[in-house]
Amino acid sequence: MSEQTPSTPGPSAPDASPPVITEESLKQNRGFLQQLTTSVNWRAGILIPFLSVVTALLIGLVIIVLSGTPLSEALEAYGALLQGSVGSIKAISETLTAATPLILVGLSVAIAFRAGLFNIGGEGQMAIGGMFAVFVGFSFTGLPLIIHLPLAIVAGLIGGAIWGFVPGVLKAKTGAHEVIVTIMLNYIAILLVGYLLKSSLFQREGRSDPVSRTIEDSAAMPQLLDWINPSMRIHFGLIIALLAAVFIHWLLFRTTTGFEFRAVGANPAAARYAGMSVARVYVMVMVIAGALAGLAGGGQVLGVLERVTPGFTAGVGFDGIAVALLGRSNPAGVVAAAVLFGGLRAGGQQMQVSTDVGLDIISVIQALIIIFVAAPALISWIYRLKTPMAATQISKGWAS
Amino acid sequence: MTAAVESYEVTGRKSKILSRSQIRKARISGVALFLMAAVIMLVLVPAVSGVSTFGISTVTDFIQLSPISVPSAGSLWILAGVLAFLGASQFMRGFQAKTTIFLGMGFGVFVLAMMVWASAGQQFSLVSMLVATVARSTPIALGALSGILCERSGVVNIGIEGMLLGGAFTGVVMGSILGGWIGLIAATMTGGILALLLAVLSVNFRVDQIIIGVVINILVLGLTSFLTSQLLIKNPGLNDAPIFPAIKIPVLGDIPIIGPMFFNQTVIVYGMFLLVGLTTFFLFRTRWGLRTRSVGENPKAADSLGISVAKVRYLSVIYGGMVGGFAGAWFTLGTVGRFDEGMTGGRGFIGLAAMIFGGWNPIGAFLASLVFGFSDSLQQKFAVLDTPIPTEFLAMAPYLVTIIVVAGLVGRARPPAADGQPFEKQ
Repeated sequence: MSEQTPSTPGPSAPDASPPVITEESLKQNRGFLQQLTTSVNWRAGILIPFLSVVTALLIGLVIIVLSGTPLSEALEAYGALLQGSVGSIKAISETLTAATPLILVGLSVAIAFRAGLFNIGGEGQMAIGGMFAVFVGFSFTGLPLIIHLPLAIVAGLIGGAIWGFVPGVLKAKTGAHEVIVTIMLNYIAILLVGYLLKSSLFQREGRSDPVSRTIEDSAAMPQLLDWINPSMRIHFGLIIALLAAVFIHWLLFRTTTGFEFRAVGANPAAARYAGMSVARVYVMVMVIAGALAGLAGGGQVLGVLERVTPGFTAGVGFDGIAVALLGRSNPAGVVAAAVLFGGLRAGGQQMQVSTDVGLDIISVIQALIIIFVAAPALISWIYRLKTPMAATQISKGWAS
Repeated sequence: MTAAVESYEVTGRKSKILSRSQIRKARISGVALFLMAAVIMLVLVPAVSGVSTFGISTVTDFIQLSPISVPSAGSLWILAGVLAFLGASQFMRGFQAKTTIFLGMGFGVFVLAMMVWASAGQQFSLVSMLVATVARSTPIALGALSGILCERSGVVNIGIEGMLLGGAFTGVVMGSILGGWIGLIAATMTGGILALLLAVLSVNFRVDQIIIGVVINILVLGLTSFLTSQLLIKNPGLNDAPIFPAIKIPVLGDIPIIGPMFFNQTVIVYGMFLLVGLTTFFLFRTRWGLRTRSVGENPKAADSLGISVAKVRYLSVIYGGMVGGFAGAWFTLGTVGRFDEGMTGGRGFIGLAAMIFGGWNPIGAFLASLVFGFSDSLQQKFAVLDTPIPTEFLAMAPYLVTIIVVAGLVGRARPPAADGQPFEKQ
């Protein structure tokens, strides 16, 4: 296996010294994938993302003020944002709770990026995964935790994998662009969840609104910090998400399969010429991506919500795109970016509660972060940095 | 595929020898047609009784036509028979190159059977559904047109959904303050500004066009939701715009069926017809169109002939964005006069599918958007009629049709060759 390991070392491999990146090599290596497969240099990996976040927050402040909120109240809102994300142990617990599904969906988008695919279907994959998990969670009774919980988790994983298989196989067999197919599957998943929650199979007895039955205690994720304070919602799903990040890192950078994924992402034609089955890679990657997002949906149901309601995914599937881009599709980066976005989410809740500023501004800030991260030259231009970074390039048009 | 084409070239007449993949395709479509016939015979026929009545004029029509009534069960048997015949011929020898057309016809017959089934014992207003079809295909056709303008110059525009939503929002806000026409202009400008963002990032900064498109969608969804909660809920007066009335064109509007469909609509629908015509003319009959298409097909060659790739792309993308913003006005100024979060509901993406279905051609995209508009208005009608199909499944129809279209199951179209590729002047 060591022979097939790519010559470029994994970004966070402890024993690998990062190759020197000069201005010259950057010019040659235009393109996202080359950048990603080389290494984290401090400018690309830390300075640009940091400045992106700061700039996005500043623009967000301007938008809040322009929408008619006085500056003092806007600053107060940002104070609440900070307070709600890192202000106390409870706030940190909330941040990590919000980060848990973001890590998994971020990994889902990231592994697809590595293979040159764009998975916007996180939202639908999460929803279907959540439905599978809740079904196993409430329909089996009397099982011990050690059997029931893994069963429910695997159910969520399978649900998401099914929802990822469809765009994968359509891409492989017919060339249907995964962006449109995954978005359409998001809408179909939302409608399907809406229908199922009103069916006798899922709907809670005695309720007329769409809400599923509550999962059994034996299917609930164990709480991690409830011995300090019972209101700490951080749960075992975080450990699963971190294990998934380690697994994806191993898969991408230490296995033949991962090498194939990256080769197909870098150049499908060359990969095909080298004897790899591009179609098989597309299906596999989308199944893995769907499984990760399904795990995120299942984790939310089993760890936080304990039941399914319409819209329980709460846009996490889309935030995963920002997480993957900010984390440069690197598992370690994804974890860091997910914690940051979890902080924005948890802090945003606090902001909405204690001031008049709506939570939706957070998604505006996230969109701005993606713009700056995807166009590093913009940040370099704003802050007069020396070397303009190469722009992000993953897709190859409709025909690919 | 290749075998059949080669023998055609050798003998000079249509070949009967089919390649293995052609036989397989013929067999599969034959089975599909048989299945549709079986569904009609086994599921739909036992569920109907009485007559199905189709209304073909509205109360305001100049010429009143009496509704058509057909016996439900009898017509279902006939339609099933037609499907079975098509399926059998397809299975035995296939229609060769015309397989797709016959499959489409078969599907049309099946939809007709569904309509007969749904309206058994009730009256189904055919003409109001057709009017709704044209109205509902308007934002889809305009979205597709927006995509065509961008993509003919080689810039993929996934952000149409965001442009629609942005146009709908500013349209309603400006329309509430300054009237519908100003709202329409504001919507168009909003689309143009969002397109400018796409143009700057894709042409100057060479960012991945699909990422920018997705960002535009997330940005506009977040921004409009934020402003709805901050501004519109506190000031309901800003979310109450006048709706454009339907304008009836004299004489033409009095033609039965066609009149209400095409000649008694709002200015936005007429604008769509005009834009489809103008875009076709400009793209295929003017120097500007030739330049745009050459930049989309081969920017290097265009550049070497002295065409400024960046300028052509900027202009095309901005025009496309303005069309997208104009389409957004349909959701607020053209229908309900108020804005709701995420009210476009994926129409921008369906527009992209219409663009692909229509082969990056304005007329084709318009015809494709009629298919989507039809499935959209049919599900609305079925939801009103008392059918046992859950409304959620009916609402899935346009999304499923989109997947079928982009999967190329109804034939493959070729995108502009340089679509999605940033151009760097050497």
